[in-house]
Amino acid sequence: MSETTSDPTAPVASPAPVSDFVKSEKPREPLLEIEGLEVSYRTASGEIPAVRGVDLTVHAGESVGLAGESGCGKSTLASTILRLQPSNATVRGGIRVCGKDVRTIGWSDLRALRWGQAAMVFQGALHSLNPVQRIGDQIAEPIRIHDSTPAKGIPARVRELLNQVGLPADRAQAFPHQLSGGQRQRVMIAMALACRPELIVADEPTTALDVMVQAQVLSLLTGLVEELGLGLLMITHDLSVLGSTCSRIAVMYAGRVVEEGPADEVFEHPQHPYSAALSAAFPRIGDPAARYAPAGLPGDPPNPQELPSGCTFHPRCPVALARCSEYDPPIRMAEPNRPVACVLVGEDGRDRSAAQSS
Amino acid sequence: MTGPLLRVRDLTVEFGARGKPIARAVDGVDLDVDAREVVAVVGESGSGKTTLARTVLGLERPTSGTIEFDRSPLPTTVRGLRPYRRRVQLVLQDPTGSLNPRQTVYESVAEGLRIHRMVTRSTDSESEQVSRALTHAGLRPPENFFLRYPHELSGGQRQRVVIAGALALEPELLVADEPVSSLDASIRGEILALLLRLRDELGLTVLVITHDLGLAWNIADRIAVMYLGRLVEYGTAEQVLSEPRHPYTQALLSVVPEMHELEPTVLTGEPPDATRIPDGCRFHPRCPALRDGRAENAAITEACRGKPLPVINTTEGHVAACWLPETHVR
Amino acid sequence: MSDLTLTPRRLTWQRRRKSAGRTWSQFRRHRSGMIGLAILVFFGLVALLAPALAPRSMIEVTEATGGVLQPPSWEFPLGTDENGRSVLALLIWGARVSLLVGLLATAISMFLGTLIGLASGHYRNFFGAALFRITEWFLVVPFLPLAIVLASLLGRSLLNVAFVIGVTSWPATALLIRAQTLSIEGRPYLERARALGAGDWRQMSRHVLPNVMPMVFANTTLTVAIAILSETTLSFLGLGDPLRVSWGSMLDDAFQTGAITTGAWWYFLPPGICVILVVMSFTLIGQALEEVYNPRLRDRT
Repeated sequence: MSETTSDPTAPVASPAPVSDFVKSEKPREPLLEIEGLEVSYRTASGEIPAVRGVDLTVHAGESVGLAGESGCGKSTLASTILRLQPSNATVRGGIRVCGKDVRTIGWSDLRALRWGQAAMVFQGALHSLNPVQRIGDQIAEPIRIHDSTPAKGIPARVRELLNQVGLPADRAQAFPHQLSGGQRQRVMIAMALACRPELIVADEPTTALDVMVQAQVLSLLTGLVEELGLGLLMITHDLSVLGSTCSRIAVMYAGRVVEEGPADEVFEHPQHPYSAALSAAFPRIGDPAARYAPAGLPGDPPNPQELPSGCTFHPRCPVALARCSEYDPPIRMAEPNRPVACVLVGEDGRDRSAAQSS
Repeated sequence: MTGPLLRVRDLTVEFGARGKPIARAVDGVDLDVDAREVVAVVGESGSGKTTLARTVLGLERPTSGTIEFDRSPLPTTVRGLRPYRRRVQLVLQDPTGSLNPRQTVYESVAEGLRIHRMVTRSTDSESEQVSRALTHAGLRPPENFFLRYPHELSGGQRQRVVIAGALALEPELLVADEPVSSLDASIRGEILALLLRLRDELGLTVLVITHDLGLAWNIADRIAVMYLGRLVEYGTAEQVLSEPRHPYTQALLSVVPEMHELEPTVLTGEPPDATRIPDGCRFHPRCPALRDGRAENAAITEACRGKPLPVINTTEGHVAACWLPETHVR
Repeated sequence: MSDLTLTPRRLTWQRRRKSAGRTWSQFRRHRSGMIGLAILVFFGLVALLAPALAPRSMIEVTEATGGVLQPPSWEFPLGTDENGRSVLALLIWGARVSLLVGLLATAISMFLGTLIGLASGHYRNFFGAALFRITEWFLVVPFLPLAIVLASLLGRSLLNVAFVIGVTSWPATALLIRAQTLSIEGRPYLERARALGAGDWRQMSRHVLPNVMPMVFANTTLTVAIAILSETTLSFLGLGDPLRVSWGSMLDDAFQTGAITTGAWWYFLPPGICVILVVMSFTLIGQALEEVYNPRLRDRT
């Protein structure tokens, strides 16, 4: 690992791959367990399905990536984890965070859960921070509300958190507009860590950041997962980011998970045509096949109000068959622990090209 | 040889209000863009790439230096710039914000035609020209889109409308500032493929401004890497991205998530500030070569810290603005 | 040469009308706004039909038939004034003046305010800054002394009253329009218009103004309310047209003739109540309009 830092305020360099860490641990109760989650919004024009049956698990020390574009339901899913969904949302299915059923626990238990055990890092840090409050006070706020740290100890804890995210302690006196985009994102992460959670849900943490700043923030997140044994659920549409930071990836399309598996496998050898398209959208630099050949899908991500029949991906799918417009795709296991929702994937791991020729 | 379509020499663009320190967003840039070329200017925020693009478009006034389009210098008055605007057009980053929410697609595309009174100059009616522009931008059939409002379209469609608005003027050069960064991943490819198709079918020259190296790999012929107002490396896409010479380019490439060949070199230090440009090589406070000893081995640390580098000449193949001897190999 | 050019434009206007229809149906759901509208329509009709409701002779001093300051009776439902004229007739004719002056003054104020607000927001050079300073200066100067000075200089007539009110109330609108202009100027579609080659006039008229209009609209109704109050005040101070009856002049006359001390409530209460009702109606309409326009903007994002 190339160490270019000698100053203590620099972020921690990227640690060893997390998958090794997970494999060596005994199986523990998962930090996040989502089973058969369905969420729909009640509107004047009827019931709109946003999430249509999702299973997802995150263990301690594991970082799981959820890949998807606008309208796939990933933000809705994230909001249900801490029961932050809008009031017109109907939720069905199971959501367990640190063993507690989020849908049915009482208000005081939920409050203790929020921030104390699971925290969220939102996208668009510029708009999520209060522009007229100093950074230090904003970081201290969750501590004051949720934690039992005495008031005297709070400034020290704020300094500790700023240190952990790689910001100099004097930034506590700054206002949000005085910080750069990357620094604001670090402040969001510090706020999420304030009450020592076990699970962090990051919704588009590096969108709109420069590639170098993105690398710094991602390296910070993976460092924290390693150091503190946190569970991380990272949600973004940038599959390449997930490919290099997470141990597992689930790809969402139109409210369902269409592929799941080890991160590098899903990124390098995607089995579902949609994952393949998402992966191809981030070309390998140096690959001559990608020169002058930008890869994309025709059409647009589906509108939840007007989902296509059968396999919702079929209008855009490059290898769609006639039956794809009529039947929901079955979930096939391309390999153990590798579900793919596509009719062209064989149970024995045959890839699509072999299936196509039959 | 008719020479480059766009020729920028020694361009400097400064911003400063009374009492505030002067920010030199562009600090000495030479750039040549040939006709039918796709050139990508790559850099991060603070590099000055957006200011460079806006100055080429005539939206900012250069403090010094020259810009020549088709061998004549850029006009300086608003009136003088009008005919220029027909030949050089802009595609912005945010397609939602780029369209007036109170104008239909038809009106947005026809705007340019009306400003330049192009309907009276040609035999085609206004709606024919609008149809043609929308078709070139991939919105078919065009009539279906005439009366739609921006909020009824998807992000990709909006960007196509913006492109159609630019195409309606039949420009020769298209400046695209982060054309796909706010679009979903699966539709980026379509818009990028559209830009390439426009180059092939309409002979357009494209100047793309982006921080996404993958995008540059996908569509650029040549790449210019910018840091704090200057070009630090220039060459064909293969040269710059497969054999990067400048330490900054190498660091940028190494942290691209899908890059596995290089070890990630995460830069630290303050992000570039155009009001406080360092002495000597402007990259030296963050340069990995200074930290890991390469500079010392080449005995150039004094030069890095004190001796300003010459502006690189973009007519000489693969060049990099660095004192390290290995960056000067041909 | 196809005739398609006509159709998109015509259809665009159709869509504009449809969207106006949508605005109306949304407005209808606001009970307060509808009440305000009903009150306004009522007074508007009264003002328009004044000659039919109360013949002109009823307000001529020389043709007064009633006693002095008589309480309400069958013949004079709201009693009489100090000249023996029917107070009800005065009220009806007064509606004309108050509404007319109010609307005229608002037109002047909105025109000036929008023009100056747009220009000072759009032009970033010395011109724009100068306009802004002028706006600020006018804002600081107290309305009443300025109005009194102007009215005494120009002479007492309806037109002058409207002019005085218009010229002293435009700064508030200008500031609001300027703030909105500044926020729109930063949006990418303005930059795109510039890149396409649009000049200042085109930018302001086709891009900034249409997006500022909703706010102008909602602000107008509130300005009318203020204008009517101002007219009442000026007339009350004796600066209005001496030959015309307005609610303010009625209050002035009531005051002068000691109606308050003698308890002739039918003289000073009705005009006061009418002013309050009209002002309130405009305010209710304005508030309802603001609510109609804001959620639309929120839905668009």
